[in-house]
Amino acid sequence: MFEFNYVKAKSLTEAQALIAAHPEAKLLSGGMTLIPTLKQRLAQPSHLVDIGGLPELRGIEVKGTQLVIGAATQHYEVASSPVVKKALPALAALANQIGDPQVRNRGTLGGSVANNDPAADYPAAVLALDATVVTNKREIAAGDFFQGMFATALEDGEIVMRVRFNIPKRAAYEKFPHPASGYAMAGVFVAEGAAGMRVAVTGAASGVFRWAEAEQALTKKLNADALEGLPLDETNMNEDIHATREYRANLARVMAKRALKKMLAEK
Amino acid sequence: MTKIELTVNGTKQTREVEDRALLVDVLRDQLQLTGTHIGCDTSQCGCCTVHVNGRAVKSCTMLAVQAGGADIVTIEGLAKGDKLHPVQQAFTDCHALQCGFCTPGMIMAITALLKDNPQPTDEEIYHGLEGNLCRCTGYINIVKAVKRSAELMK
Repeated sequence: MFEFNYVKAKSLTEAQALIAAHPEAKLLSGGMTLIPTLKQRLAQPSHLVDIGGLPELRGIEVKGTQLVIGAATQHYEVASSPVVKKALPALAALANQIGDPQVRNRGTLGGSVANNDPAADYPAAVLALDATVVTNKREIAAGDFFQGMFATALEDGEIVMRVRFNIPKRAAYEKFPHPASGYAMAGVFVAEGAAGMRVAVTGAASGVFRWAEAEQALTKKLNADALEGLPLDETNMNEDIHATREYRANLARVMAKRALKKMLAEK
Repeated sequence: MTKIELTVNGTKQTREVEDRALLVDVLRDQLQLTGTHIGCDTSQCGCCTVHVNGRAVKSCTMLAVQAGGADIVTIEGLAKGDKLHPVQQAFTDCHALQCGFCTPGMIMAITALLKDNPQPTDEEIYHGLEGNLCRCTGYINIVKAVKRSAELMK
């Protein structure tokens, strides 16, 4: 690692001031991506501003038709929370599949969303549930937030504070994890919400995306057969040593079917 | 450099550390607690697992400064004098180690797993140990040791 100055912010106000004062500073929460990145010398921040423990960024609660989770909430807290398990069990199940237990004990919702790794799990839920990302400056709809590989609508100095998930009627997530890293080779979150079916795919392409054809087909006929033979653009799929484009597209189809079956098996 | 206070295996420690120092390096090099191993150094293998405020973490992927004020338990903190911790005893009983390199991390991960889930099923054990690799592939006996630990801790 290159040298940096570590500062533990005592409040959100202090974190904002530190980030504003040091243009080369980076925010640190669980550090599950940032610390490995620093170890590989792929980043050289002047300061790390630790916002991991800030009380303003913590907490899980249901507010009306939404489930609101603080950005610094760790994956294990989401996975084991009775509130999440009751209101949005698919999200608790998703959180329980991220990385491994040690990673879930440190990694946070806000960190995952702000990082927008193309193979991360949370972005699929955020997009499929039409969630709102609340920052210290504004509210951003999920559809506007994710902008491709590691890119988001966040501006310099903008801090994710919480995510508001719309509680769906039913939802489910299925992923095919990479056997070594646990990251999704393809992961699909399906949700039956107030405005119909939404299907979000992670891991397969350069960033999380909605599978429009599947959403339309399932809104007409809510059945796994409706997904048979639907077009899924392979040209944007990732191709690497782990899988070809065609293989990833097929995995996405299979995960979509499994997720749908799981969702339909609920009540 | 930053001055940090940690409680390690019940003892308060104060150390000056580089801001970029990893927790595992401070434990091993400054506190001479070399039972915590560095395996892959890329948060895959789990050899460096310790407990921070009661939760299992990979100490190669946490800065020592992030652990300021925390309560840390390493493999050295489990036994009470000559009496092994039940998980350590179960590893001995079940021959759950071959080369032993992954063992400290395995044991720390298992003690944390059993705290959350005192009677895990086979599936729950596999899921709970996803963050720990054994390159001798001694998983069969490690899983047996988890079950034996659960019995010993009843």
